[in-house]
Amino acid sequence: MMQIEPYIFSNVVTLLLILGGAFVARSVSRERLWREAAVTLWTRRRFAIVVVGLYMTIGLFDSVAWKGGIPEDAIDVLPNAPLTLVDRAFLGTKEASYSSPFASVEFYGGSALKHPGSHPFGTDILGRDVLYLSLKGARVALLIGGLTSLIAIPLALIFGVGAGYFGGRFDDFVFFLISTLASMPGILLLIALIMAMGRGTLSVCIALGVTSWVGFCRLTRAETLKLRELDYVYAARALGVPEFRIVLRHILPNLAHLIVITFVLMFSGLVLSEAVLAWLGIGVDGSWGQMIDGARDELSRDPIIWWNLLASGASLFVLILAVNAVGDAIRDVLDPRTLKEPS
Amino acid sequence: MGAYVIRRLAYGVGVIVGVLFLLFLLFFTVTQPDDIARRALGEKVSVEVIEQWKVNHGYDRPLWPWQDWDDNLLFEHYRRMLTFDFGVSDADDSPIIDRIRAGVGPSLSLTVPLLVLGILGGIPLSLLVAFFRETYIDRTGVFLCVLAMSVSIILYIVGAQYLIGKVLRWYPISGFDADLLMLPRFLALPIIVGLLSGIGGDVRFYRTVFLEESTRDFIRTARAKGASEPRIMTHHVLRNALIPILTRVVLAIPFLFTGALLLEAFFGIPGLGSMTFDAIQANDFSTLRTMVFIGSLAFVLGQIATDLSYGLVDPRVRFE
Amino acid sequence: MSALLEVRDLATEFPGKQEPTRVVDGVSLDLDRGEVLALVGESGSGKSMTALSLLRLVPKPGRVSAGQVKLDGQDLLGLSVTEMRRIRGGRISMIFQEPTTCLNPVVRVGVQVMEAIALHETVTPADARARTRELFAEVGIPDPDARLDAYPHELSGGLKQRVMIAMALSTRPEILIADEPTTALDVTVQAQILSLLRALQRDRNTAILLITHDLGIVNELADRVAVMYAGRLVEVAARRDLLADPLHPYTKGLLRSIPARSQAGERLPEIPGVVPPPDQWPRGCRFSTRCAERFEPCAEIFPQEIRPGVGRRVWCHEVERSRTAVGNEGDREGETS
Repeated sequence: MMQIEPYIFSNVVTLLLILGGAFVARSVSRERLWREAAVTLWTRRRFAIVVVGLYMTIGLFDSVAWKGGIPEDAIDVLPNAPLTLVDRAFLGTKEASYSSPFASVEFYGGSALKHPGSHPFGTDILGRDVLYLSLKGARVALLIGGLTSLIAIPLALIFGVGAGYFGGRFDDFVFFLISTLASMPGILLLIALIMAMGRGTLSVCIALGVTSWVGFCRLTRAETLKLRELDYVYAARALGVPEFRIVLRHILPNLAHLIVITFVLMFSGLVLSEAVLAWLGIGVDGSWGQMIDGARDELSRDPIIWWNLLASGASLFVLILAVNAVGDAIRDVLDPRTLKEPS
Repeated sequence: MGAYVIRRLAYGVGVIVGVLFLLFLLFFTVTQPDDIARRALGEKVSVEVIEQWKVNHGYDRPLWPWQDWDDNLLFEHYRRMLTFDFGVSDADDSPIIDRIRAGVGPSLSLTVPLLVLGILGGIPLSLLVAFFRETYIDRTGVFLCVLAMSVSIILYIVGAQYLIGKVLRWYPISGFDADLLMLPRFLALPIIVGLLSGIGGDVRFYRTVFLEESTRDFIRTARAKGASEPRIMTHHVLRNALIPILTRVVLAIPFLFTGALLLEAFFGIPGLGSMTFDAIQANDFSTLRTMVFIGSLAFVLGQIATDLSYGLVDPRVRFE
Repeated sequence: MSALLEVRDLATEFPGKQEPTRVVDGVSLDLDRGEVLALVGESGSGKSMTALSLLRLVPKPGRVSAGQVKLDGQDLLGLSVTEMRRIRGGRISMIFQEPTTCLNPVVRVGVQVMEAIALHETVTPADARARTRELFAEVGIPDPDARLDAYPHELSGGLKQRVMIAMALSTRPEILIADEPTTALDVTVQAQILSLLRALQRDRNTAILLITHDLGIVNELADRVAVMYAGRLVEVAARRDLLADPLHPYTKGLLRSIPARSQAGERLPEIPGVVPPPDQWPRGCRFSTRCAERFEPCAEIFPQEIRPGVGRRVWCHEVERSRTAVGNEGDREGETS
């Protein structure tokens, strides 16, 4: 069997995500309530949404890669390496070493740059354009925040709704599992998982997923227990509606607002956690956290090198702020008290 | 109430059993002893050296009880962890328990003031913001909180070390001195950073709690009785808000591990967090195992203490 | 002689999508010393908001936007917050519908009543406690000494409401506003609370503004009745007059739909339709959309107040028309009742 190369896998996943996003957008626009909520959200947090959209677009550009098309004289990449749109945009911009923003000479030594004045955030120790590195960090952040949530949330739903609805031994098992996981301080569990599985992007994502599904699982379980006791659910069961359909058509839609709120709030928490992991040495390659970790020493140099820290720190801060702002507004808009009666 | 205490403790014990099992899975099955040995010794050592290392560190026995009831790593793991017989570090063969004893003091000297100051500062601030609800004071406060929450703690550390340590030179960038006179100087920066990174989330949470309690029916009754707004805040809202606030304080305990981990590591405080950090760098699995266990134990105890203390704050619980 | 409480053109509004919604729209009432006035209406009629407006307890973002509320000639709406607080719980007390949520769950009930006293008088704690104990006995709480130290969740609904009544009457207010005091209670307990209120009212000569939707309660307690619909008054009369000879079509419909008054075996009469939401209020009489006796002016012009008898006020074009047709004299100007 042919080994699937990582970049093809990444392309496929990206495509699926785009299709999935389009599908969700279409179903949302059909329901009046969600449409109104979306409009309210846009009115209130236009700027933040645009910012998040910008990050997502950059992340998307960095997720689609293909081989070939590299100019002959490009020295900083392997001839057969898959390159993304972002990679290609910055092809050939590598310098020798540090340079400050918009400088025309190297920081140490003062020899002339290959592309003077064209690095808005300067270059790092290997001469790579810092703006380029920051843009690549966007994809990493979205991967950590978004993809992990997309795995953790369905997991939490399956276990939580299952436990809440069907009860019995399964519920006991799930409850014990949640309690055990919840009794370990998150960061310690993260460390344990990553050290056990070995460092690397996949381990970090799995570890983050395992630590974050617990809180949401608890929530869905509690909500399902409540929803199960509602009169119309009893009625449906009395009418002989199969359990699975009840869950799908009556329980899940009433959890929808919680899912959205949790997704957005989980996102920023995950990205910030990864930054901490990066400082501990067990983060994801290419993340802003890792860049900030690297930039720590640069501050104690004389004269100080600050542009690495600025670019990565600002990128991280702006994304988290925007997501938090949108998340707050989403939580207000989807407040159960303003939503319709359960269907 | 007595039955409740016993039930709660029993459940705590059950959870610890679960945690230890998970740790066993992670550190003995997901990572194979061979891998641990290789990480400690290096990739290119011979098989004999690995086997010898495994014997020395007790990894050579069978894993599961059904393989050998009398001598298996699972039971050994449980026995040793529960008797606090932690053995030696995989990295430098030093006794773990000694290092723990040495590290508890410095850790507490950082985390306890941090927790106390966080509460002492956070609650009055949020009361203030909640009192002026819907005014610009409230809105500015919330905005500042979201802003503060969006800054990663790592940025706070870098910023504080640079600005306050290097530029302003108010406090040393890192280091530790157990001498009581010198201690505050070394703890100042990490405590400032810890407070800054936590205050946004704290104030926003407390504010939500206060606002929720403020809209309850019995507050309307108090107003109809002729009570003044400040009195309502302090006598009615605050007393009811203590219940969710207590939960939050417990949830702050693991943060003491996160924050303490980073703060200790990067401010040079030789506590338990620093120990954990070193263990990560050195791939020291036995120390890591122990630290995760200790952390979880402390957390479980904290949760139990909180549950039991609900009886103090909420009379409805007392009569379970 | 002026009434104890004179409400004139009271209006309370909430911000709406385009214009503010007046949930209380020009209500004028009088309440005499020692009398029980029932304010009747469906949910959404504005009766609770009217009560809250009197004490300036309208929840944000609502506000009292117009009118006067004169207690012994002094307009409460113009008082400072400090002065208003003296009135609240001191001269006018209020009890609410749901006693379970209206008491602070973490404070003993005795303390909560003592707080009410302490807010308005200087008393020693021992005195306050003694008075509270007497009050508990007076409102019929068995074993009052033990109950003083009880927490709300240890008491039944009926007992909690008695505590609320004790708390409200502890300062000997001149007016008690009771907002659906028995709606959340069991039927048997309801009767007990009602007779308690009746006894206390007679003993202390407290005026009561009783908010309710239950005409049975009106019959038991009220001296006079005011009927509200969609934020406005539609009819005001003495109890006997209203129950025996209702004038407004809405009042008539309400009375017809009481099961006790209907014929066995017949379909229970009901008022067709539902109360329109504020953004669909007609320009004229708000009941016109459901009124069987409606004719041309009803939907367009709001009926003026007419006084077809002693102490009677009604707002209805049809009533006006039948009165002028008959040539009825008996309206008296310049006096509201």
